[in-house]
Amino acid sequence: MVVKTLPEIQVKKGEPPYKIWIFEPGEKKELPLIFNLRQLAEQRRPALLPGHRMCAGCAAPIVVKLASFAFRGPTIVVTATGCLEVSTTIYPYTSWALPWIHNAFENAAATASGIEAAIKAMKKTGRLKYENVDVVVFAGDGGTYDIGFQALSGMAERGHDVLYILYDNEAYMNTGIQRSGGTPKYAWTTTSPVGRVIPGKSENKKPIADIMVAHRIPYVATATPAHWMDLVKKVRKGIEVNGPAFIHALSSCDRGWRHEESISVEVLRRAVDTCYFPLWEWSPETGYLLTDRSLVIARNPSLKQPIEKFLEVQGRFRHLLRPENKELVKQLQEYVDATWNDLLKRASNAPR
Amino acid sequence: MSSLKSWKEIPMGGVAYRLSTDVKTGDWRALKPVIDQNKCTKCMICWLFCPDMSIIWDGEKVYVNYDYCKGCGICANECPVKAISMVPELGE
Repeated sequence: MVVKTLPEIQVKKGEPPYKIWIFEPGEKKELPLIFNLRQLAEQRRPALLPGHRMCAGCAAPIVVKLASFAFRGPTIVVTATGCLEVSTTIYPYTSWALPWIHNAFENAAATASGIEAAIKAMKKTGRLKYENVDVVVFAGDGGTYDIGFQALSGMAERGHDVLYILYDNEAYMNTGIQRSGGTPKYAWTTTSPVGRVIPGKSENKKPIADIMVAHRIPYVATATPAHWMDLVKKVRKGIEVNGPAFIHALSSCDRGWRHEESISVEVLRRAVDTCYFPLWEWSPETGYLLTDRSLVIARNPSLKQPIEKFLEVQGRFRHLLRPENKELVKQLQEYVDATWNDLLKRASNAPR
Repeated sequence: MSSLKSWKEIPMGGVAYRLSTDVKTGDWRALKPVIDQNKCTKCMICWLFCPDMSIIWDGEKVYVNYDYCKGCGICANECPVKAISMVPELGE
């Protein structure tokens, strides 16, 4: 099938700004990481093409875009059902500049395992044209926390060399903001509405990254697109390790979190500043290590912001800011402090 | 899409065969970002955080591809020197 030619917008001597990634067979070159943004803009094209139908102000395309700057060569992308899958591949259009596959909601990790096994078998019989092919999964929180968890756990147990990136927008945003295992306590969703009976969701967020640490896979990390250098480095580490890797990336959703479109990145920065979502990485050799902004906060605790800073910009927590709900904010603050102190005890590079 | 294809004409296995660059999402926009080239320091933060890949660096200056920009305003919010302002679309 011949793909239609891309629109000709002249950038840098006849080079179109949007390109499909094509790797020549037998190409051994490993793409280096670039942190100078002007060089990056000149030398790399994101794996996601424009024209996708994600909402204005969605952070998920930023996660994919930043992750694609860390891909080292031929890569196959698998996505679980979710906002990202539904809005990037509305038939017959695709926004992916890479080979991409979607199977079903629950089995993104199983599909990726199969692809990885096929790559191994093709390599053994000499049918693979490339030195190595990386497999990367992008899945939302519904496809990871709840529906796809058994496939993910199985993939980790069998030890397939796959990087699983979870972009966590903390509810089933695609079908209309239903609660998921990733929704934080007291958040408003359409299936945990705020009223006289309950003040939003009454359960805590599932600690998915800690569950993946308990699988003792080679690499687990948390990241946000607001801390982009950290995210790019972690994705590259996750691709380079030999075995399954898991990255939990928080991704804001302006429709579901009820904040303005323009502060999508700002709200993620606040999530890290309030220690609601600490940035860390884990590997069996090093144990827990704090990174980027969370390491700064651990060294200088006066930079830690109160949880209200994170809650006040989001409409889903609006009821918590009423005077009669002060007690609930205090409970949330205590929960955040407890998880943060627990992480400080476990992290080997935290000051004691 | 001008006319719908029959099932015999489309590729097997539900393969998406056209690029989404054919879809101009620019008409979703209510506010459009305008870059003040005098203030711009070319730090490329807007290019990095643009979810629609519609900020373009041509080697000399940064400009916006209005074909795809959905007008979310992340670029204006993240710009460290506030060189991007969001202007209402007045229509044609």
